[in-house]
Amino acid sequence: MRKPQALLDRVDHPPWWRDRRVIPWLVQGVVGLLLLVLIAFLLGNLVHNLTARGMLLSWRWLGEPAGFDISESFLPFDAAQPYWRGLAAGLANTLRAVLSGLVGATLLGTLAGMASFSRNGLLRGLTRAYVEIIRNIPLLLQLIFWYFVVFLSLPNGTAALQIPGVVLAKSGLYLAGFSQGMHWSLPQLINGVWQAPWRLSVEFAALLSGLIIYSGAFIAEVVRGGIASVPKGQWEAATSLGMGWFPTLRHVVLPQALRVIVPGLNTQYISLAKNSSLAVAVGFSDLYSVAETTLNQTGRALEVYLLLLGAYLALDLVISVVMNGLNRLVQIRER
Amino acid sequence: MSFRPTRAWALPLVLVGLLASCAQDGGTGVQSAKLAMIQGRGKLVCGVDGKLPGFSFVGPDGRYSGLDVDVCQAMAAAIFGDASKVEFRDLNSSERFAALASGEVDLLSRNTTMTLSRDAPGGNALSFAPTTFFDGQGMMVPAASGITTLKALAGKPICVESGTTTELNLADRMREIGVAYTPLKFQTGDQTYAAYLGGRCIAVTSDRSQLAAKRSSFPNPGAHTLLKDVMSKEPLTPATTNADPAWADAVRWTVNTLIQAEELGITKANITSKLAEAKANKNQADLRRFLGVEGDFGKQLGLPADFVVKIISAVGNYGEIFDRNVGPASKLKLDRGVNNQWTKGGLMYSPPFR
Amino acid sequence: MNLLLRRLRADLFATPADGALSLGLIALISAAAVGLVQWACQKAQWAVIQANSTLFAVGRYPEAQQWRLWLLTALLTAATGVSWGLLRSHPRADREGQLWPRNDRLVLGLLAAVALWVPWALRLAPALQSRWWLLAALLGASRWLAGRFGSHLSRPLLRLFPLVWPLLYLIGMVLISGGLGLMPVPPSQWGGLLLTLLTASFAILLCFPLGVLLALGRRSDLPLLRWSAVVYIEFIRGAPLITLLFLGQNILGFLLPGGLAPDRIWRAAWVLTFFAAAYLAEAVRSGLAAVPKGQAEAARSLGLSYPQTLVRVVLPQALRVALPAMVGQFISLFQDTTLLSLIGLLELLGVARTVMANPEFLGNNREVYLTLALLFWSCCAALGLGSRALEKRLDPQTLSQSASRP
Repeated sequence: MRKPQALLDRVDHPPWWRDRRVIPWLVQGVVGLLLLVLIAFLLGNLVHNLTARGMLLSWRWLGEPAGFDISESFLPFDAAQPYWRGLAAGLANTLRAVLSGLVGATLLGTLAGMASFSRNGLLRGLTRAYVEIIRNIPLLLQLIFWYFVVFLSLPNGTAALQIPGVVLAKSGLYLAGFSQGMHWSLPQLINGVWQAPWRLSVEFAALLSGLIIYSGAFIAEVVRGGIASVPKGQWEAATSLGMGWFPTLRHVVLPQALRVIVPGLNTQYISLAKNSSLAVAVGFSDLYSVAETTLNQTGRALEVYLLLLGAYLALDLVISVVMNGLNRLVQIRER
Repeated sequence: MSFRPTRAWALPLVLVGLLASCAQDGGTGVQSAKLAMIQGRGKLVCGVDGKLPGFSFVGPDGRYSGLDVDVCQAMAAAIFGDASKVEFRDLNSSERFAALASGEVDLLSRNTTMTLSRDAPGGNALSFAPTTFFDGQGMMVPAASGITTLKALAGKPICVESGTTTELNLADRMREIGVAYTPLKFQTGDQTYAAYLGGRCIAVTSDRSQLAAKRSSFPNPGAHTLLKDVMSKEPLTPATTNADPAWADAVRWTVNTLIQAEELGITKANITSKLAEAKANKNQADLRRFLGVEGDFGKQLGLPADFVVKIISAVGNYGEIFDRNVGPASKLKLDRGVNNQWTKGGLMYSPPFR
Repeated sequence: MNLLLRRLRADLFATPADGALSLGLIALISAAAVGLVQWACQKAQWAVIQANSTLFAVGRYPEAQQWRLWLLTALLTAATGVSWGLLRSHPRADREGQLWPRNDRLVLGLLAAVALWVPWALRLAPALQSRWWLLAALLGASRWLAGRFGSHLSRPLLRLFPLVWPLLYLIGMVLISGGLGLMPVPPSQWGGLLLTLLTASFAILLCFPLGVLLALGRRSDLPLLRWSAVVYIEFIRGAPLITLLFLGQNILGFLLPGGLAPDRIWRAAWVLTFFAAAYLAEAVRSGLAAVPKGQAEAARSLGLSYPQTLVRVVLPQALRVALPAMVGQFISLFQDTTLLSLIGLLELLGVARTVMANPEFLGNNREVYLTLALLFWSCCAALGLGSRALEKRLDPQTLSQSASRP
């Protein structure tokens, strides 16, 4: 009786290295060991090299006076304030660029995405051309073009481009608004310098134009894909009910398309947030630019990079969380 | 059998001799790990700006030239006897120290200002050679703007390269005189001057020599003026890291060689005749030591004995380098001023070679 | 003619509002076009491109060694022509048997026109101009020869032919960097388009296997593999590329023992590779998710091992689905090489910036940026077109349709 049982055992139990239950652990063990060795090697070198230079992690420098100024910031900042205030001002500038970029790119992208379903062939062709041209040219090149070619060749002073309430000059974009209480005021030229309640620097304007136009093209594709995912019958049904082109789009198609659009938007928003770090090429003091200056004035490479990476990861996380919330909202409508 | 005791005695003698020679080697031979690495690699890696006419600039033929470049070439000549064994790395001001600290470049010869915090082990931990150019920070404005003082810049945008001492000095000076301004910062000199020429800022600030260098390259140099104010002291100095003092010494004395050679009147043209003279005349002890005919200065630094000869025949002395790159023979046409020899009222002073 | 008119009317002037819009757009577009042409022909000073064309093409690559790059270009051209001809000479079920389809004639004509016109417009030396003509002729000739006689080649030879490409890549690396008896040219002297193409192709080739492994890891049942893949992918995707590039340049020196860190160009190329791998992994993952579970189960039940199932059943389907997303990643990777200029490398944009710092060409930035934009646009658009054609060919529907055709 024993013999067949032993045979059966052998069939059921292949050598241990081919055992279905062992293999996963074996693979994980090997991979884990490799990762561990790699990390230990890198960290060991890091500690060794930093100790040799006397630059082990320390955060005390964050409290010391920065000594440099920032061209524009929401948070008031000057050279006497500590580094962390400078970094915070940079972060505020990044947030400002990202938020305005998100709004602008969404508007532009949605319009362009909708226009690609227009009855007008010329408009369709134009949006197609916009998307195809912009998506195939590097963003950095576009940003530099906007700043050094477009905005820096604007006229200054009295020759500035003016329409009522808005002045576009080399020194910035000036907008009318309420200043000092409820006092409506227009941009004015005082001593050869424009003054207005709202002013955007050309650096910010160049960054924003570049980001909006670049991301807008990608968002237009996302929106187009979303609208295309709605069955044609929906269009036909709505039209046969006597609805026009725009009302159909607005009330019938877009709500359904959002299910597809929102996840795609998430990706685009995150990439816009990260792309804002290219501000450094057009002289806008965003978080990355301030961090680079800080790194250079303090020599604290590792600490500055940890802060920088942490900040961008957090920013991405916030966008993801908001967009996932939005996604849930959009999906619930489907019954 | 009778000579056996002699043999037995010989063995310890040989051992002692070996040990002694080892000790001697260790005492005067190459000590610098960096220098050994450079020699093994066969070339020196030198960090330069690369876009600054007069100091380091790539011509249309793809060759580097300038005062900073010549310092690198002098170093290569000292090590290898061949000034071409150097690889240049263009570094912008915000990456230069990291590049030096991580060993990316062996030597930083990039119009870098010597400061306490950059020198100190608790700061950037650099080790500075003698200064190769004494400069000061200046401000350039379009002549048509009518601006003549720093105060007149109130509320105006000023272009500045980020990550420089210039940026910090600007903040300090303006705070001192209580003038608010808008700093426009760019990563590289190119962008900074492009923005200035594009009219985005009313002034650009940098080292005066750099401003003069850039102005000389503008389409219409006469349309820009330098303000009289000198905003800071900017001793531009080659640097290495604190990590290898022996290597820093080799760099230090290479730069001193350039200065000393000018003081002794040794030039690229007359170096061969001077060498012949030194070899012939035993009474010229100073010259003989300097040119490596006598003594072992080269060996003490871990360099070839005739490193001075190699340096001078490759790049000439400091005066020649200055004239060729930034002085009368160049587009910049800068005065020697404080950069003259101490014997002529300047600050260039090499400690004695002995 | 009548049809065209009717089509125009339906497209542009269906309603009065549409008509007004069309007229406005036509006015706008023609004004822009006229302005651009006027500027390009009259005001623009193209001397900045003409004088620096070598710098743009290869950076500071030593002139005496540039024949190696010409040789490489010729080899690549010949290989392209032969591969193209062989594809056409072997009609498969999914491919029409025509030797010279219309698109092929169009592409070849376009390439020939570019090879004739661009060197002339750049005012290259006659010797260099004729080299470009020869290259165009070489492409046409090898295409024709392979198309004409390709069908006579034996099967095993044909199967081995694709190996020419990796071989050529290795040969190319040797030709560019030197060694094996050639004078070494250090990476610091590579630049311009050469550097852009080199880093991009390096990163594209290497990020592909890495990305597939990461995607498999992320979908793995083994928690350790899954979590390491997730952490890696999310970390990389959360950081802007420029911070990673700076990390590679400034911090990598601290992470490795002294002197072990590769040259900064290779460092940047590796950073690009690791960066792109994370994004590619996401594209491949979406492809993997699209493969029905039954496929893998069926393969396993037929007795295929896990690697066999993966390589023969799951991955081919997943990669086909992921193809558009992957090519999209490659295109953006190609564009991302411009960021190398921010860390001081002289790729195309970096060279452009040094050229514009040259006092002689101050203020000529429009010409330079426009040329660069055109160059990048044509490369990316060509990649996109190629991907769409491949996608169509690999589409199971067209495959089965053409297979069923007698």
